[in-house]
Amino acid sequence: MTVLPLAREARDIVRTTCAYCGVGCGVLASSDGQGGATVAGDPAHPANFGRLCSKGSALGETLGLEGRLLAPVIGGRPAGWDEALDHVANRFAAIAAAHGPDAIAFYVSGQLLTEDYYVANKLLKGFIGSRHLDTNSRLCMASSVAGHRRAFGSDTVPGTYEDLELADLVVLVGSNLAWCHPVLFQRIAAAREARPDMRVVVVDPRRTATCDIADLHLPLAAGSDVALFNGLLLHLHDTGVVDRRFVDRHTVGLDAALAAARAATPDVAAVARWCGLPAADVARLYAWVAQSERTVTVYSQGVNQSSAGTDKVNAIINTHLLTGRIGRPGMGPFSVTGQPNAMGGREVGALANQLAAHMDYDDPVAIDRVRRFWQAPHLATGAGHKAIDLFRAIGTGEIKAVWVMATNPAVSMPDAGQVVRALQACDFVVVSDFVRDTDTARLAHVLLPAAAWGEKDGTVTNSERRISRQRPLRPAPGLARPDWWALSQIGRRLGYAEAFDYHGPADIFREHARLSAFENDGARAFDIGAVADIPASLYDGLEPFQWPWRAGESGLQQRLFGDGSFHTPDRRGRFVAVTPRPPCHAATEAFPLVLNTGRYRDQWHTMTRTGRTPRLSAHRPVPLLAVHPDDAARFGLADDGLAHIESRWGAAVMRVQTTAEQRPGTVFAPMHWTGVLSAAGRVNEVVNPQADPISGQPELKATPVRVSAVATRWQGFVLSRQPLAFDCRGYWVAVRGAGHWRYELAGPEAPVAAWERLEALATAAVTEAEWLLYRDPAIGRYRAALLHGGQLQLAMYIAPDAAGLPSRIGPAALFSEARITPGQRRSVLAGRDPGRSADLGPAVCACHGVGRDAIEKAIATGCRTTRALGERLRAGTNCGSCLPELRALLAGVA
Amino acid sequence: MCPSPAPPRLVVAGNGMAAHRLLERLAEDSPQRWSITVFGAEPRANYNRILLSTVLSGEKSAADVMDTDAAWFSRRGITFHAGVAITSIDRERRIVHDAAGGQAAYDHLVLATGSDAVQLPLPGKDLDGVRTFRDLDDVEHLIAATRTRRRAVVIGGGLLGLEAAWGLRQRGLDVTVVHLMGHLMERQLDRTAALYLQRDLERRGIRFALRADTAAIEGEGRVEAVRLRDGRRLATDLVVMAVGVRPNVALARAAGLAVRRGVLVDDALATSDTAISAIGECVEHAGQVYGLVAPAWAQADVLAARLAGNRKVAYRGSIVGTNLKVAGVAVYAAGDIAAADGAEEAVCADPDTGLYRKVVLRDGRLAGAVLVGDAADGGWLFDLMQRGEPVLHLREPLVLGRAFAEPARQAA
Repeated sequence: MTVLPLAREARDIVRTTCAYCGVGCGVLASSDGQGGATVAGDPAHPANFGRLCSKGSALGETLGLEGRLLAPVIGGRPAGWDEALDHVANRFAAIAAAHGPDAIAFYVSGQLLTEDYYVANKLLKGFIGSRHLDTNSRLCMASSVAGHRRAFGSDTVPGTYEDLELADLVVLVGSNLAWCHPVLFQRIAAAREARPDMRVVVVDPRRTATCDIADLHLPLAAGSDVALFNGLLLHLHDTGVVDRRFVDRHTVGLDAALAAARAATPDVAAVARWCGLPAADVARLYAWVAQSERTVTVYSQGVNQSSAGTDKVNAIINTHLLTGRIGRPGMGPFSVTGQPNAMGGREVGALANQLAAHMDYDDPVAIDRVRRFWQAPHLATGAGHKAIDLFRAIGTGEIKAVWVMATNPAVSMPDAGQVVRALQACDFVVVSDFVRDTDTARLAHVLLPAAAWGEKDGTVTNSERRISRQRPLRPAPGLARPDWWALSQIGRRLGYAEAFDYHGPADIFREHARLSAFENDGARAFDIGAVADIPASLYDGLEPFQWPWRAGESGLQQRLFGDGSFHTPDRRGRFVAVTPRPPCHAATEAFPLVLNTGRYRDQWHTMTRTGRTPRLSAHRPVPLLAVHPDDAARFGLADDGLAHIESRWGAAVMRVQTTAEQRPGTVFAPMHWTGVLSAAGRVNEVVNPQADPISGQPELKATPVRVSAVATRWQGFVLSRQPLAFDCRGYWVAVRGAGHWRYELAGPEAPVAAWERLEALATAAVTEAEWLLYRDPAIGRYRAALLHGGQLQLAMYIAPDAAGLPSRIGPAALFSEARITPGQRRSVLAGRDPGRSADLGPAVCACHGVGRDAIEKAIATGCRTTRALGERLRAGTNCGSCLPELRALLAGVA
Repeated sequence: MCPSPAPPRLVVAGNGMAAHRLLERLAEDSPQRWSITVFGAEPRANYNRILLSTVLSGEKSAADVMDTDAAWFSRRGITFHAGVAITSIDRERRIVHDAAGGQAAYDHLVLATGSDAVQLPLPGKDLDGVRTFRDLDDVEHLIAATRTRRRAVVIGGGLLGLEAAWGLRQRGLDVTVVHLMGHLMERQLDRTAALYLQRDLERRGIRFALRADTAAIEGEGRVEAVRLRDGRRLATDLVVMAVGVRPNVALARAAGLAVRRGVLVDDALATSDTAISAIGECVEHAGQVYGLVAPAWAQADVLAARLAGNRKVAYRGSIVGTNLKVAGVAVYAAGDIAAADGAEEAVCADPDTGLYRKVVLRDGRLAGAVLVGDAADGGWLFDLMQRGEPVLHLREPLVLGRAFAEPARQAA
């Protein structure tokens, strides 16, 4: 293997990886010495070859200390680590003693590095002995894991990113790649540019930005993917597009799969009915797939986040097994994960139904193996609660203590209101995060300050099984520490000093690698034995590599299953007979629309990072409910008006964006906004908590809702140098701007009442200030700017409608000014710069605002008397006090 | 005006700013049409009364504010009787009698007798050191007084009183303005604008006693103090009474012309006797008496046109704009600034820079405006008011500034 020089020796440029999606791009970062960093894509990284998306490019802007959690907090007061760790360990010990180890749960995250993940898994399952460790990856790719395991016998992505470029046909299913995995999208777009024959099909209820490069868009009905791919399986089979040799020698179960498909969707017409698609479009997809040996089917949350997610995954994989289009260049099913290290979590076994390193509870030998490897006498021996059930168990009191790491379930879980209530009722909630204020942190008894991107040191695995180093640019600030350290400290305090005697991430990584190889005869796909004994220096310089990489092997194997060798006991791949079924909850008369949720291009998860940067906040500053114009008309929604979105589970309020890109009968809302950043923008309050029965992944993309217009009598916005605390009346959304926070507001009361409330808020927030005011009560227009120390501190604007509000851009820019000039004072209120130049020369006629320059010009062009000047310029025609000056100017010329 | 071989005779009673404007227009537009005789009570040619405050403050000399001299009249063939007031009118015979015992026949008579300063009937009003602020004589008297006196009380916080106060302050006196009302210039300004103005003037060293009703002026021969009804006693050695002006209607009333507060005129500026017109501050037109120069000029222009033979021109009343002529203090008020009867009021305030703007709209049209701190937009607002066009599209710039009515400047 090649070894890079130590990061810090490379003239301060650190090779690391991006903190966001599952593409796992390489990043070259250098600290700017002022708390930020400059970042660029790493041209040598095989995930991105130098490309970065908008989020990755802005990583350097997310490193500020504003809002950081810099010390442990116990019951709202800052504390030292020793006290906090003692407290947590004592509480855990007491709860385990009183209620058994299963009364303790960890809810962890795809944001953790593999090393953090590994220690969390080992501590809870191995030593505390609880089964209940699950991860937010449950929300993002559990269905892919389950589908992979059903078909392949292991959770393995067969292909590599290069396949996306080598394919003749890329079918993107439930994936807005352009926004969610932008670098992969760019790679496909570039390949398509180079090979115009290459085709791209987008299968998505929405017409997304990804459709820009699509030759065909199939806006199928929510949850109908199984019907579409069952139909494809039949079509391929019936038209003889079958790799008979591959099927016969390397798979089982085809007949049952065909039978199941034929039963529900015997022909294209039936598929078209199921999916709500034109039959011709379905037929075109099928014909293209039939023609294209090199077909890659990329799928993401639109497939996974479904009560039929696992079946959808298998319906897709079935078509690749049938055609033998798997594990060879330019072909294969391809799950792209949401999070930077969802894959790493899967590798360490950090899902409630996994044990460790691709070993599961259903194999007693594996349980014994892990117990022996860890020397863990209390090892949990059965699957724990998956995320939804885990929070239900917290709500019922079955689980008494939970440690939440690097995730924000109060926002991201479906039926989020219930999650909040469960955490409120929980005896002991520990939250590790790098930010102080999150919806979940507000419910914690203990907060532990975690290291953030740029400080973390470890590894992540991307969607093509590539393990890359994440390296620190700077030491963690304050008392922030890596999660593995905090976990190990708890392990030691609970009496397992030896098992958690880690001195750095390299120790953990080696142990993880050793476990992957431990008694692994090749039956377990995940094996990185080749790096099990690397010294710390090699670990520091570790180049990106794909697993498996067994000890003694070259590590160059890029694709799996092309040889037909799967990880099932009989080494054969499995067709899975799947039957299409609609989402759990159908639209009803009372809840006639289907709510879909997803990401925005420039935001990430619950915005704890991306929400900190003005640049990324500019794309979509507030959450929008996308509604087809016909539905908007039907339900009385106006574009840019407010909508109340309500389901059986909860409600949210968002601005309406009418768009023909939305399938009629469906609405779409972003998943990102939180209770910290908005009054009611937390869409998961609305989302149903149904989950796939196999994967436990929630059906985040199909919730029956009703929508209604929210009557508002005023709208407005506040710009403030300091963050403000709004009470929850009405509508508000916080938006990060340069040097300020912006609050978009609206409410039901009279503008003047809203204004009085804002005045009180501003008075409390900026105690000493010069106030500039603009009031036009007859039309409900109120504005104010507060200045102090020559700088704009706060500006606020209210009007009955958007037409009465200025652009946000002008006043927002003034927060970057060192001093507000006298001329800019009124610009703050106007929301823009003034027009004509005020420079008319010294005023002569004050009444009519006529300057000397204008008068001299008039004289020069023929005005010879005061009367003529008055007729031309009106100068001197009101009070006449300037007449002597006018005469003097006239005399001066004469 | 029947044609005759000799030009008809026009007699003008008064030589103030209205009369002067009339003469100027007649001389320019119809120089041979009338034989003109002017009687002026003040012993000098025409001067710009508006600028008296600048003479008092020392910014300008008396000579600077003279608009005309005797030669101006003679060059235009106008007979000018300086310092000679008309004492009576014989309407039957169309003759006026003057204070010098002379008389003059007219074919048409113009009354431009202006107004007199109001003298409060206070005990002590005749003491030495009590003066009004109305004409150049007053100003010269006050300037002389400032050489020996250190303290002044100005009774009246209106436009004139404030200008007097500022002039005296500029000459180094300790000045207190005593004002009956709760805020300054209440006829032109709303309470907020008045507070801004007061604060500005206070920064310039003028003191104020508001809601202060003067009970008496005290002193032995010479003024020593002003006593207020609430018991306060303001020691002073100079008192300026600036409590307003009253149309000078004595001549018209004695002649039996119709008079209410002022000499009643119609849109042709004719009095109840069609051979007699009236213009300026002595006039009452459509119930309005104006105390500012712009309406007087507008009336003069109309009358000049009519005297030149244009019978179609009419005077329809004026919207008035007031500019406080005090150095460094920009105050402008125009139109109806009390948002009553369904009028709408919009305000922009920047107290720390002393900037205040208020506009009043009625039926989508600009009805009034007050500017403090920056009066540069006064004329623009005044024009909009006069034109009476709908201004709703300008609503924001009306309040925030004319500059915002136009496309934003390119960033430098």
